[in-house]
Amino acid sequence: MSDKHFHHKLYVKKNIDVAFSPDTLRKVESILSHYPEDQKKSALIPVLQIAQEEFGGSLNVDIMDYVASLLNITPIEVYEVATFYSQFYLDPVGKYVIEVCQTGPCAICGGEDVLHYLEQKLKIKVGETTEDKLFTLKAVECLGACGSAPVMQVNTEFYEYLNLDKIDDILETLRKESALPKPEKQTWKERLS
Amino acid sequence: MERKIILENIEVEGIRFLNVYRKHGGYSSVEKALKTMTPDEVVNEVKLAGLRGRGGAGFPAGMKWSFIDKKSNKPHYLVCNADESEPGTFKDRYLMEHIPHRLIEGMICASYALEAHTAYIYVRGEYKYIVGILNEAIKECYQQGLLGENILGSHYDLDIYVHCGAGAYICGEETALLESLEGKRGNPRLKPPFPAVKGLYQSPTVVNNVETLSNIGWIVNNGGETFAKIGIGKSTGTKLISACGHINRPGVYEIELGLPVEEFLYSEQYCGGIKDGKELKAVIPGGSSVPILPKNLILNTLQGEKRLLSYESLAEGGFVSGSMLGSGGFIVYDEDDCIVRNTYNFSRFYHHESCGQCSPCREGTGWMDSVLYRLENGEGKMKDIDLLVNISSHIEGNTICPLGDAAAWPVAAAIRHFREEFEFHVTHPEIVRNIKHGSLAKYINN
Repeated sequence: MSDKHFHHKLYVKKNIDVAFSPDTLRKVESILSHYPEDQKKSALIPVLQIAQEEFGGSLNVDIMDYVASLLNITPIEVYEVATFYSQFYLDPVGKYVIEVCQTGPCAICGGEDVLHYLEQKLKIKVGETTEDKLFTLKAVECLGACGSAPVMQVNTEFYEYLNLDKIDDILETLRKESALPKPEKQTWKERLS
Repeated sequence: MERKIILENIEVEGIRFLNVYRKHGGYSSVEKALKTMTPDEVVNEVKLAGLRGRGGAGFPAGMKWSFIDKKSNKPHYLVCNADESEPGTFKDRYLMEHIPHRLIEGMICASYALEAHTAYIYVRGEYKYIVGILNEAIKECYQQGLLGENILGSHYDLDIYVHCGAGAYICGEETALLESLEGKRGNPRLKPPFPAVKGLYQSPTVVNNVETLSNIGWIVNNGGETFAKIGIGKSTGTKLISACGHINRPGVYEIELGLPVEEFLYSEQYCGGIKDGKELKAVIPGGSSVPILPKNLILNTLQGEKRLLSYESLAEGGFVSGSMLGSGGFIVYDEDDCIVRNTYNFSRFYHHESCGQCSPCREGTGWMDSVLYRLENGEGKMKDIDLLVNISSHIEGNTICPLGDAAAWPVAAAIRHFREEFEFHVTHPEIVRNIKHGSLAKYINN
């Protein structure tokens, strides 16, 4: 069970206005069409994922209440889900969330070294965010890429067969990227070509 | 002989795309099933094939399908379980990334057999980029009339949607997956009623693993009996094995069931032997939740027969000297790996992933986690070892879903086979504290 269950870090309501853009609302509509008319709650996880991405990378009570109103369910139903799944963040996170796999196969192939090296390099502990709000470091359980261990995931990008030199390069590239305007999202075809 | 069913044509460039996939015979099974067979005939072929679920439990797929309540006036659903979260297992990711149409082809045949008109693919949250691949493949199918209304003029309608999870191992358990798909916490349901009677939205539902569904196209095309001739005994067909850990060639391999473990481990075609020329110490043959086996027991059974990669052979000897094929996650440990540290690592994993619904699992996994942490850090006592065995025996079989068993078995098996390592951690705390990674073996052997 995630540590979150014990801390209940639901961020205090700030009464800020939260609303999706018309474009995003169309996206939500299309997700809702995947489920039967009377089962709108099924869209909760996908909609929360969109909300998290659109509103700065983490969730707070205002965002969750908005999602509840959108799906016509009670706020507690949203809090229940948001506190259960490890990919919903209830604390503010940096622009890049680095998730290092620490489970079995990754651990024996050097995953622990990767984690320690990142702690030194970013001068933060696991769970913390760098002062410039660029990186959040997390230790996660199995990313499902055991054959290419050790592995880490930065936002939705996988980095496999890691070694310490590679980490230097990755951090360097991300730092450079962060200064540039938000890039157009690559399609999966471009990423795999 | 090397046999390829699921990974057939995997090396063809562009096999991810529908036109290339169709050029190599793709979707011929859909034409055959929808135009020349009744749904019951498809179910029957899968039964004849003896195909066992490839997600871990190994329950016969055809039998599962036949449990579906056809008299129910509610819609039927097919759900593909692509929540592959078992440590050591990464075969479904490989399949979906490289040959997504194999899965969709199987899903169309399966949905037709189950008379379902809506199917979902539940992908784990960590595989977000795969959602894009699957959606693209599904879009191609709609464009060519393989999905949607009146598929290939057969008057059969089907929609497939991809649903992305958000990071919870427990959602790989079929009823937890259904809860999650309904927009709730992934808490497993009590069974019975089984999903075939009351599943998604309380309607008859079949949940199958990616690999299981990827076999269906071949079975429809070639017949169940042909499939049943491949493999050994009741372990029919081929199986994807995802090999990782300290081996020379980690990766996903398709093997004919019945291949000797020794050949799989040492031949150049597969794992290529132990990394850096070291000695083999132990193997977890079916993903982290199955019992670990030391070298002598993974290569041979207690009777001295060669251990084979099949459901029956790996289970021979029960949990005293055997293990399970599980999901086919083959994790290899060399002579320098510390079994206590590894057991602690998996224990922490199960503690983290327990949904917290049943007390034995919620409390027990946490308890084992903290006792193993003590041992691993040189603060353990001799009685802790028996305490661990005791806790694991109280979790096993006492929970709603098999996560409790999955947490208990690896601990019990590690102590059964490597008790001296646990004792060494108690008797030599100063060495244990100073060596964090690996190589305690040389101290233990001296």
